[in-house]
Amino acid sequence: MEKSKWPPGDLVIWIFIMAELLVFGVFFSAYAFTRANHVELFNTYQLTLDRNAALINTLALITSSYFVVRAVAAIRNDNSQRCFHWLLAALFMGVVFLVVKGAEYQHHFAHGVNLSTNTFYMFYLSLTFFHFLHVILGMVILIAVALKAKAGGYSASEYTGVETGASYWHMVDLVWMVLFPLVYVMR
Amino acid sequence: MKYESQKVAKLYFIAAIGLFVGQILFGLIMGAQYVIGDFMFPEIPFNVARMVHTNLLIVWLLFGFMGAAYYLVPEEAETELFAPWLANLMFWIFLVAGAATILGYLLVPYATLAELTMNDMLPTMGREFLEQPTITKIGIVIVALSFLFNIGMTILKGRKTVVNLVLLMGLTGLAVFFLFAFYNPTNLVMDKYYWWWVVHLWVEGVWELILGAILAFILIKTTGVDREVIEKWLYIIIAMTLITGIIGTGHHYYWIGAPEFWQWWGSIFSAMEPIPFFMMTVYAFNMVNKRRRNHPNKAAVLWALGTAVMAFLGAGVWGFLHTLAPVNYYTHGTQITAAHGHMAFYGAYVMIVLAMISYAMPLMRGREACNSARSQSMEMWSFWLMTISMVFITLFLTGAGILQVYLQRFSDNPMDFMVVQDKIALFYWLREIAGLIFLVGLVLYIASFFVGKSEPEATVELAK
Repeated sequence: MEKSKWPPGDLVIWIFIMAELLVFGVFFSAYAFTRANHVELFNTYQLTLDRNAALINTLALITSSYFVVRAVAAIRNDNSQRCFHWLLAALFMGVVFLVVKGAEYQHHFAHGVNLSTNTFYMFYLSLTFFHFLHVILGMVILIAVALKAKAGGYSASEYTGVETGASYWHMVDLVWMVLFPLVYVMR
Repeated sequence: MKYESQKVAKLYFIAAIGLFVGQILFGLIMGAQYVIGDFMFPEIPFNVARMVHTNLLIVWLLFGFMGAAYYLVPEEAETELFAPWLANLMFWIFLVAGAATILGYLLVPYATLAELTMNDMLPTMGREFLEQPTITKIGIVIVALSFLFNIGMTILKGRKTVVNLVLLMGLTGLAVFFLFAFYNPTNLVMDKYYWWWVVHLWVEGVWELILGAILAFILIKTTGVDREVIEKWLYIIIAMTLITGIIGTGHHYYWIGAPEFWQWWGSIFSAMEPIPFFMMTVYAFNMVNKRRRNHPNKAAVLWALGTAVMAFLGAGVWGFLHTLAPVNYYTHGTQITAAHGHMAFYGAYVMIVLAMISYAMPLMRGREACNSARSQSMEMWSFWLMTISMVFITLFLTGAGILQVYLQRFSDNPMDFMVVQDKIALFYWLREIAGLIFLVGLVLYIASFFVGKSEPEATVELAK
């Protein structure tokens, strides 16, 4: 517990995280450059987005990240059951995110919005949908970690798996922290 | 070699090498036709030579993949092949059907071939790379299904390793996506759209899983590094491959009439396709550096490392060169594409099949671990000759492509296609010379199977 390993978790997940951040980074840059050429279009259609829903989702993801941190702390204290419970709480916040985001999509699709409607919606749908898929993947990873934790597969001396899942989940959170202001708020 | 039934791979490998020779000869004929337009006309028109060149490539790589699977699956599963007789039978069916198809291309006009094979009943002919008569396509499906059945049953009854499962996933994908060769909508946009599901999702999707699995097998065998370490890399590489490769299909949808968002999706995701190739290079060299033993088959290790490097360059770097939509707007369908195609196919798929042959063939011919030092030395000469001449073929075609893009599409006074072709003829000559050196390398490669047969195997000390 004293000697903290760097990076936390499995090295391979960090290669994966870096690759993911690169893709999102490129997508965000593409958004920024395109927006610079169509400021009015982007500002107009940004108003059709539900900022309150996005704010709720931001809080949901931050909270879930906090729960994941508590899960890592719990396993460091050799408490598998508590680790499992914190992971469940994090997963619950993930479900909240998916439900709220799903409702947003339903609203847009009901108005006939699709990828070809205009450039803003193309970016909005692409960026949020790729992130949406990452939330699902992150949850799959957390479920795997939670099940193993419940079965007593981790201990204070060996919890690389928990850190690996946590690292990935924080990445999912981090991407949203950029996405939310960039797409929903910035004018 | 641990299991008797692994030997069925030998026939597949021999056929693969034989067809490889044919592919190169037709490549040279076509290369000459670029500069001497009526070379061998009317016996072998350019379009026929091209069809034979590309179809032979695909067929011999399929022979290579099947041979590799028949060799490595029993060893990984630790059991004999489910039905060796079926593997032998399918070999002859595939070879005869393949040969008949190529002869059909060469002996009768394509339209006549279509009539003879009753293409009207289920029209699938006439599309690039999928020129095979419908009946041949049906044959390919039957061979592929029997092959999958055989491999699948072997895996089911034996040990289930990650290498085997990734390989099976790749081979299943290969068979499934080939089915889109039968889908031939009249709408040209739709036709092209799904045509790429065969072409792109093969070479930039499921084939990469096959490549990854074979490479992992060779690395496990030759380096002695823990299976778990190699498997972890394999997982992450195939995950990245599938994510970038599948959405990366969009880089073919820029200008065919598909929705515009594909320009963004295709550009961004296909731009990431080099990453898994780069990871493969890093991992191959890492594993060899961390090796627990020096394998005496130096030639096989050389091919394995070579494929990791050349796949990254050919598929990764040369693919990236023209994958972004604003760049591709100018380079689409020029010699840049040809440059990429040559190095990518050679680096990723030719070399991995040759690596597998290099590893497995000595064992199937009764050696303990590897060929004699003399044979290996000749094989390594052939490696360098073929690889370096392929680098030059790629560079010359890239030069031709850049000039072509400029003269034909970018300059203030764009010129006609044929005028530009005349202006870049020098590059075509140089490419043909590089191609001849490639042929020399190929001849040496084949000769390496026959030299030093009576000499003792190379040992680690000698091979060092």
